[in-house]
Amino acid sequence: MIQVQVLLIFMIIGAVIAVELKDLLGAIVAVGAVGLGLAAAFLFLQAPDLSIVQIVVEILALIILIRAVGLTEKSSVRKSNWVSPALALMFIAVLLVFAYKALLDIPGFGSPILKVSQRYLFQGLKETGAANLVSAIILDYRALDTLGEATILFTAVIGVLAVIRKIGRKK
Amino acid sequence: MTKPEKGMTLIVKTITRYTVGLILLFGIYIVLHGHLTPGGGFAGGVIIALSFIHLMLAFGKETALKKMSEKMSGVLESLGAIMFGTIGVLGLILGGYLFLNFITKQNPNPSSFFKLFSSGIIPLCNIAICLKVGAGLFGIFIALVFFKLTERKDND
Repeated sequence: MIQVQVLLIFMIIGAVIAVELKDLLGAIVAVGAVGLGLAAAFLFLQAPDLSIVQIVVEILALIILIRAVGLTEKSSVRKSNWVSPALALMFIAVLLVFAYKALLDIPGFGSPILKVSQRYLFQGLKETGAANLVSAIILDYRALDTLGEATILFTAVIGVLAVIRKIGRKK
Repeated sequence: MTKPEKGMTLIVKTITRYTVGLILLFGIYIVLHGHLTPGGGFAGGVIIALSFIHLMLAFGKETALKKMSEKMSGVLESLGAIMFGTIGVLGLILGGYLFLNFITKQNPNPSSFFKLFSSGIIPLCNIAICLKVGAGLFGIFIALVFFKLTERKDND
């Protein structure tokens, strides 16, 4: 697990750099480094499906962000005051307290307590015929949840197209 | 003053001409083998959308829109959504449950594991999700490109 911890420290440093940089393009490169580090962390945790999705979506998001930055050429400089760091520290403290309480209750890594997941693991290949168990779960046992996810994506696409098209026609 | 060339330089265009077909093929491979190897409809759909975005970045938007127009992407996305819903409703009609795996239900045969046509509705669902995700994300990219370009013209 030492690889994952090194990657986590790398991702935290990348996120801090992305927030603190004045140059927008440099900040986007730092965000991309965080995303690729997350993909590598998924690979070390033996989740190649998640890793593929993460790396592909990260690249698509980076292309859109770089294109947006190249067209606006505005750098975002915020005035620093003492209110926002104080608020952030307060929220971080609250989050840490509740995360500590919650993390004490979850089962250890690699030892699930759910009966249904063991059934998925041992009977999945026989019952669905899909060798990739992730596919078997999201498209056979839990296909209704996938329908909800697909609906969210469909609504998001329709929303983006509708909003942008309306502004385009008005001018 | 000559007119600026559409797209990027000759080097990028040449490399793109060789690689974009391979990227598209890799996306189709990931979609069709989604039930055997890591990947699936979502990842494969995004890779297919990225191949068209690659074409648009290298050659300019006219060339990419000739291959896949804005209207076409909308039609494909709706087709994927309708296909996914139809598979679910077919399960409801044939077996009594929404999204029932109605193709392999009668005869689960161990010798058919790890074959391409082995898991009932899962490959069909992968293809539907691939159409929906790929066309939808490419449609969003087209919309953002046109939106930014019109806004920039107004500012000049």
